[in-house]
Amino acid sequence: MPREGILVDRPYERLTREQVELIHQVSMQILTDPGLISFNREAVDILHSHGAAVESIAGDHQSWQVKIPEQLVLKALDTAPRIVKLGARNPDNTLIMHGDEPRVYFITGSETNIWLDVDFPIYVSKADPTREIRVPEFKPRRGTVDDLCQSAHVCEHLEMADGYIRTVNIQDRDITEDNKDVNKFFASLNNNTKHFMSGLTSLKQLDNVVRMAELVAGGKKALEDNPIISFITCLVKSPLQFVDDTTATFIEVCRRGLPVAVSSSPQAGTTAPIKEAGIIAQINAEVLAGITLGQLVKPGTPVLYGSVPVRARMDTLGDSYGSVETSQYNIDCVQMARFYGIPNYSTSGVCDTKIPGQQSSIERLFSDIVVAMSGPQYLHCAFGLLDCNSVFCLLQAVLDDAHFKMIKFFLRQPRIDQPEMEAVLKQIRAVVTTPQKLYIGYIRPLLRSGEISGIYPFEGSGETDDVFELAYERMKELLARPVEHIDRETTSRIFEEIPGILPRLNIYERGS
Amino acid sequence: MKGGVSVSKDIIATIKENVIQGRKTQEDVGIDDSLAGTAGVVELTQQALGKNISPQVIITDGLTAGMQVVGERFSTKEYFIPDMLASAEAVGAAMDIMKPALESANVETKGKFAIATVKGDIHDIGKNIVAILLKGSGYEVHDLGIDVPTEKVVEFVREEKPGYLGLSALLTTTMTEMGVVIKALEENKLRSSVKVLIGGAAVSEEFAQEIGADAYCVDAFDAVRVLEGY
Ligand code: B12
Repeated sequence: MPREGILVDRPYERLTREQVELIHQVSMQILTDPGLISFNREAVDILHSHGAAVESIAGDHQSWQVKIPEQLVLKALDTAPRIVKLGARNPDNTLIMHGDEPRVYFITGSETNIWLDVDFPIYVSKADPTREIRVPEFKPRRGTVDDLCQSAHVCEHLEMADGYIRTVNIQDRDITEDNKDVNKFFASLNNNTKHFMSGLTSLKQLDNVVRMAELVAGGKKALEDNPIISFITCLVKSPLQFVDDTTATFIEVCRRGLPVAVSSSPQAGTTAPIKEAGIIAQINAEVLAGITLGQLVKPGTPVLYGSVPVRARMDTLGDSYGSVETSQYNIDCVQMARFYGIPNYSTSGVCDTKIPGQQSSIERLFSDIVVAMSGPQYLHCAFGLLDCNSVFCLLQAVLDDAHFKMIKFFLRQPRIDQPEMEAVLKQIRAVVTTPQKLYIGYIRPLLRSGEISGIYPFEGSGETDDVFELAYERMKELLARPVEHIDRETTSRIFEEIPGILPRLNIYERGS
Repeated sequence: MKGGVSVSKDIIATIKENVIQGRKTQEDVGIDDSLAGTAGVVELTQQALGKNISPQVIITDGLTAGMQVVGERFSTKEYFIPDMLASAEAVGAAMDIMKPALESANVETKGKFAIATVKGDIHDIGKNIVAILLKGSGYEVHDLGIDVPTEKVVEFVREEKPGYLGLSALLTTTMTEMGVVIKALEENKLRSSVKVLIGGAAVSEEFAQEIGADAYCVDAFDAVRVLEGY
């Protein structure tokens, strides 16, 4: 049984059918004029051999102008699977995504450099020295492999986290470009039994991580049937450029037939038009270009339509995930992906502010609710992410989990049907004849059925706001709860066959 | 005879179990459906009286013993307020059935409690909850309703001599009516005959003192506690 996610009954849509088609047409025009600039030779060759017009561009870096004709895109859309299965170490955590079914899965990630620790120092009131208050204090530091293990561990226990994208970039002294991939994959897979999606730091490590996944899944065939890992590649850099190394990685991932999210992250105002019509037409062209290339490499490669559009902030021209338009763009992309029938990877919940608090709650909840309502299949809703993808705070992830639970509850379908109406009519007629005229008696059958939402789980007592402290307690509780690690035998095979994994990650050899 | 004792024990134990489940009548489902379709507290109380089991035993070993368990489960958060109220309602209904028997046996209830939402105020959710819970706790509750004129309250106190009077007001504009009621009771020399408890969103401990009420209750459970202290 796969995870259930939440099926959004009538998803929220911003665009009319005509608008969707218009965007599609303009994206097609963009793909032929101006087309894409490719810095990757192989992509050029592949596209050229299938009929794309190619022209070399003079300059320092070798590059080509590639014009992708519409029929090539349409053919690719034909071979791209409508249903994508993302497996998991624990098969109960499998995700099944239908491109035309708005079933939302809530996913963690993505990779941040900074890990935010939290502490609760005690302050004494100057006015009343007998009064002490505990105030949360957030301390940023560079992320480590240990942090990644902790994050994977806690996310394993977060009820709403349907899949795991690593949340922190590992920057230990003994981590190099060459051993980074194997360590991030192992740390994540070993502490989390949900689907694991990741980018790749070095193409040289691709076969090592795939081999690791085979060992964990139980062999090559087992991994094919149960793809416990998938990749995310941002092969197109906005505006409209195939990046050399990521495109190379993408091509190799497609060759291996593993699921891959083709994502693009244009920034409205700087690397994409500030106008909604413009950024959507462009990102759509960029994602379709990636999908087309992937399907030409290996038809039938499972792909996700990955959209991470964001608006620039006007003061710094940095990303503004907290801006209202960012949510609008994401919702538009969800609609475009559904138009093509390809499962969508979308983004919400990333906030602009650096620490948990009022601003972070408002920014993240706003986008989480509206984007979830639009029904993306793979919602990278950024458990714990702050400061526009730069900071991860485990405490915030625990809070987010509670909020996603509320959103999931909210998205449940209403029950309005004949038997239900008859039952309530009977109730109403019965209650009005009683002296108290209260319906309280009818609450009871629902109380324990999960049909009534709970109170806010971190509600404090009295006049104080204890949300952070209570969430912190919960976080510690989750960390203390064990996770199912990869078994001893598989672990030793992984350590034998795959070079570069830090010995301290082998829980069976620790302390010996 | 031996069989008779065990039958009565069985009925009392079943009454207790049904109070815990909050099943007033046969139609009620209860907290789970383990007793669904079987007789509820009302039917069982009738059966018990029919078998000449003393109301005192029904109250002590059935109803009160059941409520005791409900109270414990409520305080450990296993039960919610609707569960508590369902049990209280079941007990209240049993008390109604036993009223004639109790009177003829001269068994004293915990006391008469009159409750009203004061003049000008129509809020009654809180007042009703208080009434249900107190009734379920063994008080003989007389609900005078909403928007009750002071004269009607005074008259009831004079005629029916309740030991306790509960007044509810949710509006700052109607809470002053509580002071008016207390004054009127004094003028009619009835004040010492009755303890006055007040409650509702508008009022407070200080206000209770100001108008000379005996107690302010923050909620229905507080009312049970306060009454138990008398
Ligand atoms: C529901 C409600 C209504 C409903 C009432 C339905 C009903 N059947 O009662 C309706 C919509 C009809 C209503 C009408 C009005 N309401 Co109104 N209403 C409320 C509300 C939201 C909740 C009250 C409630 O039922 N709470 C739930 C119950 C369980 O709690 P409770 O009543 O406090 O009771 C508990 C305790 O207080 C205590 N208790 C209460 N009474 C007693 C008595 C005794 C003896 C004891 C021991 C304990 C006790 O135990 C109870 C159980 O635990 C309150 C807001 C609030 N914060 O209270 C406003 C509120 C009371 N209403 C308000 C107003 C202004 C009005 C109206 C005047 C609005 C209008 N302009 O028409 C009218 C009043 C008309 C009138 N003449 O009374 C204001 C009052 C402000 C003020 N000035 O004081 C409030 C505070 C809302 C607000 N902030 O504006 N209201």
